[in-house]
Amino acid sequence: MTAAPTHRTIVRDGIAVGIATGAYGISFGAISVAAGLTVLQTCALSLLVFTGASQFALVGVIAAGGSPMSGAVTALLLGTRNTLYGLRLAPLLAWSGWRRAGAAQLVIDESTAMSLTRDTREAARVGFLSTGIAVFTLWNLATLGGALAGEALGDPRTYGLDAAVGAAFLALLWPRLRDRRNQVTAVLAVALALSLVPVAAAGVPVLAAALVALGVGLATRLMQDPTEIPERDDLPSGGEHE
Amino acid sequence: MWTAIIVTAVGAYLLKLAGLSIPGSVLEHPLVHRVADLMPVALLAALVAVQVFSTGSELTVDARTAGLAVAVLALLARAPFIVVVLAAALTAALLRLL
Repeated sequence: MTAAPTHRTIVRDGIAVGIATGAYGISFGAISVAAGLTVLQTCALSLLVFTGASQFALVGVIAAGGSPMSGAVTALLLGTRNTLYGLRLAPLLAWSGWRRAGAAQLVIDESTAMSLTRDTREAARVGFLSTGIAVFTLWNLATLGGALAGEALGDPRTYGLDAAVGAAFLALLWPRLRDRRNQVTAVLAVALALSLVPVAAAGVPVLAAALVALGVGLATRLMQDPTEIPERDDLPSGGEHE
Repeated sequence: MWTAIIVTAVGAYLLKLAGLSIPGSVLEHPLVHRVADLMPVALLAALVAVQVFSTGSELTVDARTAGLAVAVLALLARAPFIVVVLAAALTAALLRLL
């Protein structure tokens, strides 16, 4: 990208990111139907919830036998990330009233990453809207396609779709595992969740992992990492998904 | 199921809107940021573990474990998301055919 990208190249980048997320949408649609949701419920999630990791979490908890509400709580804990994105975006986009209300639905990893890097408010708005609208459109079309394909396939186990769920979560997690603190958090979360599987109701082991995030967050507050760059580490880079 | 979908939809939207509406200083505490950064890591890691290594309330090792191993290899080879997911699914499906 050049030093001062034109609006046209910003829009083009946004559309490219949208197309890339289409692949995730197909996976989500197929996995959601395999978890037992209807095509309509699957599409409602992509239209109304519209934040990928939360949607995967909701259907993942249900696929593992958890109650829909424990899935919803897990999804919302993952959705808190978008609140922090909004805090960063608010002064940059400077929208109010109905524009802000409409823009809120588009606050996700991709639209944030594609607008925070811009130098001017105008460019940030173009980046946010083009990426947000492109991802929203393609994510929902891909969800529908994936859900219909998943339904046509029949028993998901025959095609290994149950194994695809774990792989999808791992792929979402992977870019964050370069950081040492995140590695420790992941290992502790796995240990806690698996130790709770035999004794707790389905859905609880995953929710309990939220305590690990809280614990590690409090612990590292006491021993601050001097190499930490707080402005960058909660943002995905350009093409990465949430 | 629909109740959970509506709760998630309303909650997810309000979380997004809150970020755009709340004055930045309220949540500008380093601890809030750190926990929010760690939250997806902890939850996704737990989801991987539960998804792959449990059936109901039992810990299990089966075709899904092989699928996850192949997914790790695909990720190490920097394969795109859809390839990672398909490779895991295909591995599990083929193992079950044996």
